[in-house]
Amino acid sequence: MAIEVRVPTILRSYTGGAKVVEGSGDTLGALIDDLDAKHSGLKGRLITPDGGLHRFVNVYVNDEDVRFLGALDAKLNDGDSVTVLPAVAGGALGFAAAAAMLGK
Amino acid sequence: MARYESLLDACGGTPLVGLPRLSPTVPEGAPPVRLWAKLEDRNPTGSIKDRAALFMVREAEESGRLRSGDTILEPTSGNTGIALAMVAKLRGYRLVCVMPENVSSERVQLLRMYGAEIIFSPAAGGSNQAVAVAKQIAAEHPDWVMLFQYGNPANARAHYETTGPELLRDLPTITHFVAGLGTTGTLMGTGRFLREKVDGIEIIAAEPRYGEVVYGLRNIDEGYVPELYDASVLNRRFSVGTRDAVLRTRQLVEVEGIFAGFSSGAILHAALAVAHEAVKAGRRADVAFVIADGGWKYLSTGAYGGTLAEAEDALEGQLWA
Repeated sequence: MAIEVRVPTILRSYTGGAKVVEGSGDTLGALIDDLDAKHSGLKGRLITPDGGLHRFVNVYVNDEDVRFLGALDAKLNDGDSVTVLPAVAGGALGFAAAAAMLGK
Repeated sequence: MARYESLLDACGGTPLVGLPRLSPTVPEGAPPVRLWAKLEDRNPTGSIKDRAALFMVREAEESGRLRSGDTILEPTSGNTGIALAMVAKLRGYRLVCVMPENVSSERVQLLRMYGAEIIFSPAAGGSNQAVAVAKQIAAEHPDWVMLFQYGNPANARAHYETTGPELLRDLPTITHFVAGLGTTGTLMGTGRFLREKVDGIEIIAAEPRYGEVVYGLRNIDEGYVPELYDASVLNRRFSVGTRDAVLRTRQLVEVEGIFAGFSSGAILHAALAVAHEAVKAGRRADVAFVIADGGWKYLSTGAYGGTLAEAEDALEGQLWA
């Protein structure tokens, strides 16, 4: 089962620079395990030690946020497209600057 | 009543218009599925941000945090700055905006016209550079008041008290509400209000997905989730890429005559997705979505003409929502 996964720039050091990689799995959790077997270390950047999705990582299946589809239990089908993005919706610069001003 | 004591009193109360041509066709005898656009570009400075700006300034005045003649400092790349600049001018404050230097010239001109001062953070330095600039300004001017739209409850309250009630009044049969996700104020405020009043309402977020260069982070831990964000208010969250946002923005003006900015195209894209699902399931749906602003400020991008690929290139690296 082939699922196309889009990897953001900041995680491409784990995929040898590849922007798009392929993986398999019938849930998001299984897919991430499969990806980690091929691209060691990737799982640690997506999932926290207690087993949840990293707070600053957003994962979308066919453009829909997996946190509303069962998170790591979200079901995947052959041909699905998965996109991983850092959580900076609305403009990284504005957010980062705002957070910095408040000393966060 | 369409007469107001001042421009500030004319904030909100925007029209909700049906989209008879963009609403999906349902099979004979099936329940209707209809799209409704809330025209937030009809606010005093032309965007939904007027509501939040007005509520945040009023709240700061009432709590004593903001006094006549004070300076307001706000990091913004667009509409919030323009809205705050107008409110600040009319209420007697000075506004300083910190913004990345790669925003459109219309925004800079508008801000200066309303009397705001602008401090640019270098686009090339990415977020780290913006952080450095911000820290420096905050350290140099501890007396400046930052309303901080990402964490200010008055931002969400503006929508809880105005946008939500307006929608329910104008569309009591509402089944879905779709809006853009930035500070999250619109979705949190309107979403909470509608959840309290309408059984089974679905609250749907449409989030812009920018080109690579906009995500200028060095690592994942530099990410930021606005303090206002509460995922339990939402049912679903869509990520909409530049191409889909441009396609829908063009359809809005070509098919329904609504000239909107690109974030509204992204919102329509998500609204159409849920509308088509309702048709498939044979369910009645009244899907209300937000037109966040008009297209005027984005004309210089050239993305309203040419092919979709050309438009995508034109918007690459820009904060279009």
